[in-house]
Amino acid sequence: MAKISEKTHFNMSKINILRSVSRTLVAFFIASVATFNTIAQDSTAAAASGADAALIAQGEQLFKENCKSCHHVYEESVGPALSGVTKRRKTAWLHSWIRNSSKMIADGDKEAVELFNKWNKVQMTSFPTFTDAQIDAILLYVENAPKPAAKADPSASSTTAQGQSASGSSNDTLILGIVVVVLILVLVVLTIFISVIKRFLKEKEATLAEDDKELVNQSFDIKKFVSSKGFIAIVSVIFVVITIRACWLGMMDIGVHQNYQPVQPIPYSHKLHAGDLKINCNYCHTTVYKSKSASIPSLNICMNCHTHVKKGPSGSEDLIKQLTDAYEKNQPIRWIRVHNLPDLAYFNHSQHTTVAGIECQKCHGPIEEMEVVKQYSNLTMGWCINCHRETAVNAKDNAYYDRLLKVHEQAKRKGDMTAENIGGLDCSKCHY
Amino acid sequence: MKENTKVYWKGLEELNQTEDFVKTAHNEFPEYLPLKSEDNAESGPDRRDFLKMLGFSVAAVTLAACEAPVKKAIPYVNKPEEIDPGIANYYATTYIDGSECLPVVVKTREGRPIKIEGNKLSSVYQGGTSVKAQASVLGLYDTARLAKPTIKGKSASWDKIDAEITSSLETIASAGGEIRIVTPSIYSPSTKRALSVFASKFPTAKHIQYDAISYYGILKANQITFGQYAVPSYDFSKADVIVSLGADFLGTWISPTEFARQYAATRKLSAKKKTMSRHYQFETGLSLTGSNADYRVGIKPSEEAAFVSELYNKLSSNKISVSSKKNDVLNKAATDLLNARGKSLVVSGSNDPSIQAVVNEINVILGNYGSTISFKNAYQTFQGNDEQMNTFVDELVAGTVKAVIFYGVNPVYDYYRGAEIEKVLKNTLLTVSFADRADETASLCTFIAPDSHYLESWNDAEPKIGFYSLAQPTIKNIFDTRQAQSSLLKWAGAPSDFYAFVKSTWTSSILNGQSWDKALHDGVLEPGISSTTVEPASNGLDVTAISTSFTKNYTAVNGIELKVYEKIGLGNGAQANNPWLQEFPDPISKATWDNYIALPISYAKEKGLEQGALVKVTNGKSSITLPVLIQPGQAKGTASIALGYGRSKSGKCGDGVGQNVFTWLKNVEGFISTNAGTVTIEPTGEVVKLALTQTHQTLMARPIIQDATLEEYKKNPSAGRFIPLVTNGDGKKVAPAELDIWKDQHHQPNHLWSMSIDLNSCIGCGACVIACQAENNVPVVGKKEVINAREMHWIRIDRYYSSEFEPKETGVYFDGDVVAMEDPSENPQVTFQPMMCQHCNHAPCETVCPVAATTHSSEGLNQMTYNRCIGTRYCANNCPYKVRRFNWFKYFDNGDMFDKNVTMNTSLGRMVLNPDVTVRSRGVMEKCSFCVQKIQEGKLKAKKEKRKIEDGEVQTACAASCATGAIVFGDYRDLNSQVYKERNEENKERTYTVLEELNVQPNVTYLTKIRNISKA
Repeated sequence: MAKISEKTHFNMSKINILRSVSRTLVAFFIASVATFNTIAQDSTAAAASGADAALIAQGEQLFKENCKSCHHVYEESVGPALSGVTKRRKTAWLHSWIRNSSKMIADGDKEAVELFNKWNKVQMTSFPTFTDAQIDAILLYVENAPKPAAKADPSASSTTAQGQSASGSSNDTLILGIVVVVLILVLVVLTIFISVIKRFLKEKEATLAEDDKELVNQSFDIKKFVSSKGFIAIVSVIFVVITIRACWLGMMDIGVHQNYQPVQPIPYSHKLHAGDLKINCNYCHTTVYKSKSASIPSLNICMNCHTHVKKGPSGSEDLIKQLTDAYEKNQPIRWIRVHNLPDLAYFNHSQHTTVAGIECQKCHGPIEEMEVVKQYSNLTMGWCINCHRETAVNAKDNAYYDRLLKVHEQAKRKGDMTAENIGGLDCSKCHY
Repeated sequence: MKENTKVYWKGLEELNQTEDFVKTAHNEFPEYLPLKSEDNAESGPDRRDFLKMLGFSVAAVTLAACEAPVKKAIPYVNKPEEIDPGIANYYATTYIDGSECLPVVVKTREGRPIKIEGNKLSSVYQGGTSVKAQASVLGLYDTARLAKPTIKGKSASWDKIDAEITSSLETIASAGGEIRIVTPSIYSPSTKRALSVFASKFPTAKHIQYDAISYYGILKANQITFGQYAVPSYDFSKADVIVSLGADFLGTWISPTEFARQYAATRKLSAKKKTMSRHYQFETGLSLTGSNADYRVGIKPSEEAAFVSELYNKLSSNKISVSSKKNDVLNKAATDLLNARGKSLVVSGSNDPSIQAVVNEINVILGNYGSTISFKNAYQTFQGNDEQMNTFVDELVAGTVKAVIFYGVNPVYDYYRGAEIEKVLKNTLLTVSFADRADETASLCTFIAPDSHYLESWNDAEPKIGFYSLAQPTIKNIFDTRQAQSSLLKWAGAPSDFYAFVKSTWTSSILNGQSWDKALHDGVLEPGISSTTVEPASNGLDVTAISTSFTKNYTAVNGIELKVYEKIGLGNGAQANNPWLQEFPDPISKATWDNYIALPISYAKEKGLEQGALVKVTNGKSSITLPVLIQPGQAKGTASIALGYGRSKSGKCGDGVGQNVFTWLKNVEGFISTNAGTVTIEPTGEVVKLALTQTHQTLMARPIIQDATLEEYKKNPSAGRFIPLVTNGDGKKVAPAELDIWKDQHHQPNHLWSMSIDLNSCIGCGACVIACQAENNVPVVGKKEVINAREMHWIRIDRYYSSEFEPKETGVYFDGDVVAMEDPSENPQVTFQPMMCQHCNHAPCETVCPVAATTHSSEGLNQMTYNRCIGTRYCANNCPYKVRRFNWFKYFDNGDMFDKNVTMNTSLGRMVLNPDVTVRSRGVMEKCSFCVQKIQEGKLKAKKEKRKIEDGEVQTACAASCATGAIVFGDYRDLNSQVYKERNEENKERTYTVLEELNVQPNVTYLTKIRNISKA
């Protein structure tokens, strides 16, 4: 949510009223999203009741880690929607399918072959190491997964927020336009009014006093006004201030490449893959939950799907061919790096994704809507620190933070424990 | 309590208060602008040029900043399953360098080995490492390595070289021509098997083993005494009294990393253990072991026999008749030994089987076999046979050897008859070397079939009987090399896949049904041997033969006797091209980048030789020119020169550094001796500067070292502690902590990273220095800059000399007492103190930084933020410990000035850099960070697993590398941590902070040094 206020913050030309308007909007979004979240939690809890909650949680974890990149519960994706699968197939069949589907196809299992053909002959990954209990847990989760309508997908909520912020800014322009039109109208009316009065008074000039005459006949000498000391002084002060301000902002922008949007060797679309096809970020950026680097996917990950998927939206055949050709020639794609953090700053994805539980979009923006990826945030130290000051630490149920939470309570600090409170602003957290 | 008035000095410069020393002591950062070297003083840039360049570069930088370069992100085509970018992988393997064998764990990042750690699963080494092992990872990225096999110096393909060598071997073998394979000691079961496969194909092939530093004397002596041709295993941890006659067992003798751990176990003290071993050392030059001894006596090499005989005669009724040597310390040692029967150990560094036989007999008399010495787990790391090697050279010279294959050896350089080999090699029909570079021997061979680095190879080892270790590749071959064993198998016509070969060796004869995968994962396998084996009985000592031998070989001589020795850093010189090792300060002399002749103070004084004076040293046949290093503790009438220097074909870092004295080793009745006979020393009149780090960053004679004797300690555990008192406003004497100018205290709610260093168990080996250098991307600055006192090591081992001498007045150091102190300085006590950033909670550096580039963290760390630093150096000036290092130059991408800094100036060398640590640029300050990258990594791991950090999980590089466990690192907020217990329970009274009177409240504490000396 912070990004909306930031956006207004960076747009220096907006006047204060507008800022407060957008603040109101922000507050509204926060309130609405917060409500969504509460609803989501409630509904999950409701769904879990009656079944073994722990098992479902385990199943959910396994599902997220292993299945989610190709399957959704209620929607079709790379593979079929899984809801109701336990009713469609026998449990034993499911077990052997999950463990080794290719063997079943090779063995000529009728159901298996049918399914395989139906889904464009995309082979499902085998999970030979799954125990029966694990598979049952996944199936239990699938059957008890909350309906997407109730499930507030954080990325979705952020998308909505983004959309509204766009409409919010068009609202701003509308209000601005109306104000300007009204002001111009007032000006015109006033001018007409003045000239009418002047004409009226001129007609009765003889009856006026000397002072009033002067006032009526007074003409505005623009030359005199411009060459007056006061005017020059004010103008030069304004000029100097604006110049210094512009220089300052220019200097501060050195090395900041916000909105950097390079053209990639293959115009890969995140909108298509992450947005429309809903492929989980983790499917391609395999180390985002475990390493400092989210990692650019290696070609073999692309080929998991593109061995079979040769056609997408119109015009994409050539691009996919480029990809497969490169794979066959054993040549890596030389992608252009979009986010270039300076070497002096250490950033670890897993700290933020796994430990803090922050969504990718928080920093990368609505990536699922980007045809061409751009650097969404400015990635300055101020931006990092701002977030460390504002964001509450995801310390719940994490024994690592126990002592810190206790200290925080004892100190009776206001609000939640933020990263700043626990040394999140120490230099050596990022610079070493 | 008694004030400690003992005097400590870091070097003779300090003791004698030389002009240079006094000048530099107050000037930590010598400012002579070094850009001009003497020879091109005129062509160098002047001030005006500097300003022009400054102006231009500012403009250029501004322009350049407008557009950022396009950076590429190039992923794998097929990502290896086990590699995740940003996550380190660890592989267990084995470091094998000649006779040194250590099971290690290699840290790899994105497939590149970057750091060596000890393997904690090995019961023998328990995670300890050595200087050479730590530095060996850099050898992998050495650009001097051959990229392809060569034939007569020209690159060739493997097919070609294989074909030519095989046909040549077959021709020679069919004609019955002698084939020799010359190797160091081979203790790898698979390599032995490969050699036998080769020998079965070519029956005339004979395997010759020799070690650059020979232990043949011990092998032979044990054959004489026990009928066992073996080096027994020693257990110093069980010894209460240790007597070493010239054996540098903590530095270089047999298995120093293992012995260091055992030795330290006997030296550690705590509230529960108030006993420690007593260690006597009789030696020529001051060795690392000698510097740790409680009693040390300097002896001439020619006196070795007399001392060992005297000791024997004191313990036995069967006397050796030899002109005996009366010595009080020896008498004391004999008494102590007799009181510690079965719990003592006498060792000798001599390669004379007669001396070793006497030592064997002494240990038999003391009943040490079966307790401190055992043949059960005998060492296999020394199998070199001097007589065989000598015969081989004779045959080579005579031309009877038709084919010779050198594997892992460089005899032209490190064998005393190297010159002869050099001459005749061209006459031999087939000469092959497996050297990884065209070294002194390989460059004379027709074929070089470059061996892969140990980190690229499969291998195994059995350093001690029953203790196996596996080696696996941690990276694919960087160059077009092939491991030697594969080559041998290929030439013998066998399948050359050495992985399969090692695996079959293990499954057939070692694993005994255990899992290969587990063995490979663990890296070590220790089935041990059956405990029923009995120690062999002694055959007794033939005192007459010994007497004859001693009288013949140990005649007293006039003049300076020379002892050559191995240094802990360079060893036998095989890794001479490793700049980390070249810049590693020798633990004793603190010298880098050079060889020197160590002379006693009295001799230097007599001859008017000053430090660095160039002298011509002649041993009768040849002469070399070396600078003089005046060495306290060097025995009178002796000189020492280190081996491993004077390489001519090792690569740009090792070539031309120092002089080679392997040629001066002597063959005494078939045994290679390091007693190199008498030498004459003539001054040349020239004086050079030695690159010594010892008196850099001197601590100005403050009470840094606090020590006591064991007796004093037993009476009062805080004996030797200097407890400072300061006068407060009311005129009362109070502890410094009570007078605090800091109003606000730092708070460390969650972690307080702390370190405790035990001066008793720190032996000063310096493995931590190199471990830190590898972990933290510390640059190598080269000899010239070391002379300028600009070395960059984040951790240094301060070596202090002291004596029992006490000055007339407390606090008066070095004034007027110099003369009185000269005598003790001939054989001083030595104390080692690792010194790095003390992470003060009231850090003086933090308060003076004008840009807040150095600040305090909420975890007690003194943070250094490079990108904020503008290089005022105020912090360093205000640091009482002198641990901050300034980047005077751009050490990276600056190959013109710093070509020796290969880790930052060659694309191959850069592969060893730790990607988690910034490479610092010119003009910024740097210092120990407590390995904050490792702390952060450990915390993140705990957070991900939703648990607290366990003690020992986060270790600094220095603590992890320490073989003796002298450095303990941990979280002081964890009341179960070892560092907390050390300070509050086990060694509360011994704990002190350096310069406590300043009340800077360091997070590093030291434990007092306790010596087991009786004052009576």
